[in-house]
Amino acid sequence: MRDWIETQLGHLVGVALAGLIHLLTAPRIVWRTRPPGRRPRVYFANHTSNADTVLIWAALPPKLRSRTRPVAAADYWLKNGLRKFFGTRVFYTVLIERKAEDRFGDDPVEQMGLALDAGSSLIIFPEGRRNDTEAPLLPFKTGLFHLATARPDVDLVPVWIDNLNGVMPRGEVIPVPLICQIFFGEPLKLGKTEDRDQFLDRASDAMLSLRPQQDNTV
Amino acid sequence: MNPVSPDLWQALGWVTAILVVVSLITTALSARRDVNGDLNPVVDNLKARMRGWWIMLALLVSVFVTGKGAVVILFAIVSMGALREFLTLTTRHKADHWAFVASFFVILPVQYLALYLDWYGFFAVFVPVYAFLLLPMLSVVRGRTNRFLARVAETQWALMVAVFCLSHVPALLFLKIDGFENANFLLMVFLVLVVQSGDLLQHLWSACIGQRAIAPDISKSRTWEGFLGGAASAGIVAVLLSWLTPFGIVHAFVMGVVLAAVGGMGRMVMAAIKQDRGVRDWGHMSDGQGGFVDRLDSVIFAAPVFFHLTRFFWQSMG
Repeated sequence: MRDWIETQLGHLVGVALAGLIHLLTAPRIVWRTRPPGRRPRVYFANHTSNADTVLIWAALPPKLRSRTRPVAAADYWLKNGLRKFFGTRVFYTVLIERKAEDRFGDDPVEQMGLALDAGSSLIIFPEGRRNDTEAPLLPFKTGLFHLATARPDVDLVPVWIDNLNGVMPRGEVIPVPLICQIFFGEPLKLGKTEDRDQFLDRASDAMLSLRPQQDNTV
Repeated sequence: MNPVSPDLWQALGWVTAILVVVSLITTALSARRDVNGDLNPVVDNLKARMRGWWIMLALLVSVFVTGKGAVVILFAIVSMGALREFLTLTTRHKADHWAFVASFFVILPVQYLALYLDWYGFFAVFVPVYAFLLLPMLSVVRGRTNRFLARVAETQWALMVAVFCLSHVPALLFLKIDGFENANFLLMVFLVLVVQSGDLLQHLWSACIGQRAIAPDISKSRTWEGFLGGAASAGIVAVLLSWLTPFGIVHAFVMGVVLAAVGGMGRMVMAAIKQDRGVRDWGHMSDGQGGFVDRLDSVIFAAPVFFHLTRFFWQSMG
């Protein structure tokens, strides 16, 4: 019973949260690829704000939200009851241990692979951490490559989030309702002869190519 | 509910009738497609405008019957939408965050509150005096000087356009004109109809006899012939609508010409900003229709001029 209540509550909170972020950021959602179907995909995006996950998730058609799981750090999302509720009941995150010594059972790539096998799409941030630098994109960690190797048939969809850090720059408390844009690019897969660095460069370029030309931040 | 004068309902009836007729004409025209199956761009443009007008009319009427407060709140929301569209494109740095927070959550509400309280003296100077002095102070304490003037000036212009100018549309409700009590709403209807028909007529005149583009780099389809012809015919529209207003025939004509001219040029100013920022539209409220600023650019420029001309020449003394 308690489980059922938590599940329903999580669903309601999710709907409210998606509505809230739509109201706050009026996101312009651009699909440069065919709109998503039921086949599991991996969305990989730039990471500049804590709200990135929520925005991508809210930008998806409502029917697909419950089947799209962000990949996130277990130590963060299990820290307290509230985070745990959001992590497990609202976003259905795939929780991974960042430190190898904390892991028992599957390694992170295998965990993601199993979630894909079970029919869920994933949201990942291949930079591995939040980008607080002036550079548009940090060098990718190798996770995306290992995932592409483990599940070569899955479409990897590059995503670019624009202006969300303008809504709430790091260290600020009050958000401002500026308009955000979110671009979904053409999916890519690991090439047959491609090595790790080539693949990660290509993935990184695919993301950067979605970036709007004009930038008015100075 | 406000005591709505019978004139008002009659006027709304006529306005609705005009919209119905124009909508029917555009629907009939849109049945005719060219060989490629495409709509004539002029008809397409007209259809898009009609949709906007219907929404505006419906919103205005529905808030009007609930009272002045509802109109003020509606425009505060529209201002919020316009301000976010504008500030999304202005030059900024994260050091301007407080200035942005103040713009959205202090300056905008205070401006509309001053309006609601009918505190004209404050309403008229709050943005250009107090807000404009406060904003750079909020940015300067963060210590970042890179493109400081551009950041400050563009934020101020956003407030000017999206808050100050736009708030002069509902401000028409607070003018006190002898023998025109409870009918101020019609001034809003007059403003919107004259300015929007001015846009449309300038477009049509340009399409028909346009030769000399005003500024070819901004738009080849905006011509001096269209501008002048459109302004003059907007004067005639204003005369035809003068029964909505306290203006006589000559005054209505002059008002129509002025509003269409200011509105048309305002539209071009906003087009230049969009072009500089590399965007087609300010926002994306509905598909292909852009955002709040795209819909209201000409009204934004015409509203303060209309408000002050009316106030100066028609507001009762004492």
